[in-house]
Amino acid sequence: MSILAYNGGAMLAMKGDGCVSIAADKRYGIQMQTVGTNFQKIFEMGPHLYVGLPGLATDTQTVMEKMRFRKNLYELKENRRISPKVMASLLSNMLYEKRFGPFFVEPIVAGLDPITYEPFICNMDLIGCINKPEEFVVGGTASAQLYGMCESVWEPNLGPEDLFETTSQALMNAFDRDAISGWGAVVYIIEKIR
Amino acid sequence: MATERYSFSLTTFSPSGKLVQIEYALAAVAAGAPSVGIKASNGIVIATENKHKSILYEEHSVHKVEMVTNHIGMVYSGMGPDYRLLVKQARKMAQQYFLVYREPIPTVQLVQRVAAVMQEYTQSGGVRPFGVSLLICGWDNNRPYLFQCDPSGAYFAWKATAMGKNYVNGKTFLEKRFSEDLELDDAVHTAILTLKESFEGQLTADNIEIGICDQNGFRRLEPSHVKDYLANIP
Repeated sequence: MSILAYNGGAMLAMKGDGCVSIAADKRYGIQMQTVGTNFQKIFEMGPHLYVGLPGLATDTQTVMEKMRFRKNLYELKENRRISPKVMASLLSNMLYEKRFGPFFVEPIVAGLDPITYEPFICNMDLIGCINKPEEFVVGGTASAQLYGMCESVWEPNLGPEDLFETTSQALMNAFDRDAISGWGAVVYIIEKIR
Repeated sequence: MATERYSFSLTTFSPSGKLVQIEYALAAVAAGAPSVGIKASNGIVIATENKHKSILYEEHSVHKVEMVTNHIGMVYSGMGPDYRLLVKQARKMAQQYFLVYREPIPTVQLVQRVAAVMQEYTQSGGVRPFGVSLLICGWDNNRPYLFQCDPSGAYFAWKATAMGKNYVNGKTFLEKRFSEDLELDDAVHTAILTLKESFEGQLTADNIEIGICDQNGFRRLEPSHVKDYLANIP
């Protein structure tokens, strides 16, 4: 079995009208045995920027710390907030530095541009290949189920309330069909007024 | 070891607290060809003399005004070879930034990084400070930027400035001529006039170089274009 599926987890992000959502389950397990039900894998990187790191739990935490380190240096050096686009490139670059001994995470970046408030979502593979679709991105061991749910419930120009409902339903119905995801969930809706 | 005794950095403080090597570097700059930079409301102009000693010299083949990246350009007063090294490094730093962040480097960032290189050459062993001062101009954040970088690693943000031979007169001239709402065309005119102040002989499209930067990016003016501007000079 892939080391990416050692701890389990489900995650998705969706684009709405002037808003984005990002959601994940809270399970922390070792293969089929559930160890914890309050594991954080989505991290706040700014007032309008969240990064999710599904995959191997130890790398989730290491990558988050390394990413926060680079983001803090960037924000001090440039005296401005990092944009989701730059955050994604920075992370992609960091992952590719470990091309031949990668971190086992497949990150999802979701946020609004700090100046234009334009919605942004993307995901990448464990060596940093970025994918920027217009609708939604999924990740984790329940990604197949999430694709199915998102394909059927997502629609364009969802407002914040509808986006919350759509995201939550997609996540819960997907991880109910995955034995190593679930045990609680967290959903973030990012909009202009916080 | 005896051989290592002289391997210190050459820039060592003098008893009075000065770094004489840096002062010599500044003297090399002040003896170099003049260059000017002026910020306008809708862009920036940088200009310099490119005078040759012999009529046999092939003009328009070696340039002093160089593009660093699409929206940033620079020019120098001082020593040509030192300048080319800095241009090479600046271009590399701009591309490295783009590679990591997928965003063009902000002018301020490039200036800081170039200045850091120049500072390093005042504190390292086996090297000497750069014999150049740079004028770096750029357009980002929807506004113009103009910086001067000195051999010490110090950098300044100017609205308009002059460097090199006769820079004091050049600055005095600019102080009289500069205004905040100058347009780019007027700024080019003023830049040429500033060069003319200290120029010995006739200004032609073959012995000055001009670079402009606006929202469309940086470019070096063609000699024919420079000639049009010169036509309006008394």
